[in-house]
Amino acid sequence: MTITSKNPILVVDNVRTVFHTPRGDVRAVDGVSFSLKPGETLGLVGESGSGKSVLGRTVMGLISNDARTTVTGKVTLDGVDVHGVKRKERRKLWGTRVAMVFQDPMTSLNPVKRIGTHITEALRYHLDLDRKTAEERAVDLLTQVGIPEPKRRMTQYPHEMSGGMRQRVVIAMALACDPKVLIADEPTTALDVTVQKQILDLIGSLTTERDMATVLVSHDLGAIAGRTDRVQVMYAGRTAEQGLTSEVFAAPAHPYTDALLASIPQIENAPHSILRAIEGNPPDMANPPSGCRFAPRCGYADATCTSVLPILEPTPGTGRSVACHHPLLAGAVREGSEAAHGR
Amino acid sequence: MLRQFVMRVLELLAVLLLVSFGVSWILSRTPGGDPAIAVLGEGRAPEEYEALREEMGLNDPFLTRYFDWLGGILHGDFGMSLTPPVMPVWDRLWAAIPVSLELAGLGLLLALVFSVPLAMWAAYNEGGRIDRTIGAMTFGLLSIPSFLAGLILISVAVNSLGWFPRTGWVRITDDFLGNLSHVFLPALTIALMELAMFTRILRNDLVTTLHEDYILAARAKGMPPVRIMFSDALRPSSFSLVTILGLSIGRLVGSTVIVEYLFALPGMGGLIVQAANQKNLPMVQGAVLLVATIYVITSALIDLSYGYLDPRTRRARA
Amino acid sequence: MPEPDLTPASDTNNVPVDAATPGVATAAALLDPGPEPELDSAAKRKKLLVTGAPMLVVGLGLAVFGATTPLLITIAKVLLLVAGLLLAISGLGKVAEGIRGRSVDVVFILGMAWLVFLLAVAALAPLLPLGNHNDATEGLYAPAFAEPDLGSEYPLGTNVNGLDILARTIYGARTSLIVAVFAILIGTVVGGTIGMVSGFLRGGTDWVVGILTNALLAVPPLVLLVALGTVLEPNLRNIALALSLLTIPSMVRIARANTITFAQREFVLAAQAIGATRMRLLRKELLPNVVLPIASLAVVMVSMLIVAEASLSFLGLGIKPPEPTWGNMIAEGEGGRMEEHPFIVIVPGICLFLTVFSFNLLGEKVQKRWDPRSAKL
Repeated sequence: MTITSKNPILVVDNVRTVFHTPRGDVRAVDGVSFSLKPGETLGLVGESGSGKSVLGRTVMGLISNDARTTVTGKVTLDGVDVHGVKRKERRKLWGTRVAMVFQDPMTSLNPVKRIGTHITEALRYHLDLDRKTAEERAVDLLTQVGIPEPKRRMTQYPHEMSGGMRQRVVIAMALACDPKVLIADEPTTALDVTVQKQILDLIGSLTTERDMATVLVSHDLGAIAGRTDRVQVMYAGRTAEQGLTSEVFAAPAHPYTDALLASIPQIENAPHSILRAIEGNPPDMANPPSGCRFAPRCGYADATCTSVLPILEPTPGTGRSVACHHPLLAGAVREGSEAAHGR
Repeated sequence: MLRQFVMRVLELLAVLLLVSFGVSWILSRTPGGDPAIAVLGEGRAPEEYEALREEMGLNDPFLTRYFDWLGGILHGDFGMSLTPPVMPVWDRLWAAIPVSLELAGLGLLLALVFSVPLAMWAAYNEGGRIDRTIGAMTFGLLSIPSFLAGLILISVAVNSLGWFPRTGWVRITDDFLGNLSHVFLPALTIALMELAMFTRILRNDLVTTLHEDYILAARAKGMPPVRIMFSDALRPSSFSLVTILGLSIGRLVGSTVIVEYLFALPGMGGLIVQAANQKNLPMVQGAVLLVATIYVITSALIDLSYGYLDPRTRRARA
Repeated sequence: MPEPDLTPASDTNNVPVDAATPGVATAAALLDPGPEPELDSAAKRKKLLVTGAPMLVVGLGLAVFGATTPLLITIAKVLLLVAGLLLAISGLGKVAEGIRGRSVDVVFILGMAWLVFLLAVAALAPLLPLGNHNDATEGLYAPAFAEPDLGSEYPLGTNVNGLDILARTIYGARTSLIVAVFAILIGTVVGGTIGMVSGFLRGGTDWVVGILTNALLAVPPLVLLVALGTVLEPNLRNIALALSLLTIPSMVRIARANTITFAQREFVLAAQAIGATRMRLLRKELLPNVVLPIASLAVVMVSMLIVAEASLSFLGLGIKPPEPTWGNMIAEGEGGRMEEHPFIVIVPGICLFLTVFSFNLLGEKVQKRWDPRSAKL
């Protein structure tokens, strides 16, 4: 995971995604920013409902302005203002400059279409290849993602493959036209634990080989820890903190990150130790609380926290930012986070 | 597989036998007029009628007549038509089949051709104005009985605009364009109702399919919406269309009968109605059996094709 | 965390959006923009009234103009009439929504109003001061093909035999409804019973019933009717019986399928365990549950039967003139009469359409409530 000094290929600037529902406006993403350079991997971490999936799709442009949705802020992808251009222009980005890998490979693949067709149709549509060339490329891609006997697999149907195999196909499909940005939305959640590692390794190596900018969205801290350069911790649609993964996980500045890390069961813990869960529930995004959104569940919250919304501010001297009125002291190591760092 | 097939065929035969028996029995209770009079006309001497009745076997017990008839059927002899033109029933039926097939086939084709894009358009626009409008239109269409729809079309296209002939038929082998001008309006009449049904079913199925994850994945690949519609959404949804096709054949036959009568086309439907009005029993008997046979076989074929279309079930059977 | 609820504005035709993940909602947004974002309540209602009322008025105006003006040709008049009515209904819908605050299914209400009106008028027909609907001799003294003139003795005109069309339409409604209702009742009772018994007993009985049902279904419905029409005398009783034959196979199937499903449930087993006889099981446990899907099918089939009866009469094999039924009234337009005297076809035609349409509306609603499994088919 080399971090080069090229220009950022993906710039997300204060993006807000609001869904207009009969029950009111839901602010699924409420002011998030980050940037990514080629070859970098960013981890988007948060529990279900934190807005990380919506953010991923908004960044790509799959979610954009229409009668039921409003997106504000700017997403610049390889020089293109994703939400400023018309729908047709936006669609041209997909597959060619940015691609997405979804969570469940069984449902991401069309059950009545052969594996080969899934890949060749993208190749032929975007790159205008003839059938033979497209098939050769497809076989090549299947090899790259580590599928044995690729030629045989080309004519198979999705239900004839295992889950891990299918996800490899999905990755091949996404990378067929050499996109520069890859967004992996919980790519391993639907897979067996042993397969998860393989897929994450695959994504990692492909990121390096192809010099892609990858966004890895997950609620699984373990998936994020060893495989991302930087991490963005999200809570209730906003960024709680961001920075280099190694630093954030070693010494979290936001109480939420701290609590997340502490809640991971450690194999070194004594038998029958109590699991440390975070009390309470995430807020209702149609009616978020005033003030810090984590305050109701935070052990360190005070009057300021419940009334004033904290802004993401860079911590001077580090490459990190945190949105908290009382960030945990830098350098203070919390129990449990050491083991997370060691993973 | 073979055993299943044989069982199916035996079942079909049993059903057809039952149908022929039932129809014959019903028709044998004819109070609706003496066939002998229908043939000879009124005012003859009683002995003549009696002689004819004897000759036609009308005085024999029912079962005898039934088995005679059945035996005849198996030799391809459907009996003689009672009313002029007095010729073998089979010949008249045989001549009428192509007309009905062409009519029904064209009607079905028109319905499919228009319903697929309409359903796609509605599904693409789910919940929007287009979708609701198409839904309302199709609902209205399927509430119009086919003879009424036919009359409306006639009043517009024939009487006001004069684009098509009112009745009659030209064989396709004789004059292609002439045939087309005679068959188009009747086929359209049939198509309207089927179109409404197909569009509604297909639209619902497409909407369900469009919510699948692989559609989203296809979008994320950058494929254009129309392409996604045809290559990803249509095929899974088409299974329900095939099922509906099977279910609609019965309705189709009924519409064909009415439309042939309305437009005076020399097809099976028109034949049956005419025979019924004239109490031409052998004709009705033969025609009903033939129609039932064709219907039953077609339904079975559609059932079989269903298994072929869906690769998932194909694998399960293999 | 509660997920955003993205169900589009209610519509009978819609498959609800599964908002399990926001991504899936996006698939729905594959499409053109959906309904307008909600304005605040009072402003929205005002807007509806403001747009709705003029639509209603203009629509009605267009419709009346289209119906009565002698200026344009028939096609244009009809289009104008239809367009005007649609506009008026739209406007009415908006006005109703503006007043009520929630969306109102105007079409359904209008349809049910029509049905109620029709049923009332048909039921009360003998008591109403109607003209001559079927007496051919008396009709000789009346003008043939009199033009419709709402104030006169023949408000909707007369037919070729001098019979009053308004009276014939109403008596025709009576006939159609009576026949359809009787046929449905017979079909439901007979078919339902056979289906339930067959589904309950299984085995040999089931097999026989299956073959018989398939045999009945092997003949397309109208062909069966025509065949029956060959021999049966076309009176009300026979036609009702013939039509009931159309309904019996479907009823048997639905009753059987539901019986089989319910018979496997534990409450039946429980009743058996305390010694209930088979008869009692059928009556007390199964019947109440099977009744709903059967009843919903019955409502759906009413419109089909009305069309079947009308078609049969149109073909000349049903009720014969001078007794009126909408089918044979429409048949009178044959032989060129339709062009010269369109009203003899238009009046029964419109009534037929409205009735079938309204029963279809009712059937759709009923199926949704009582038998959602078959509803989408």
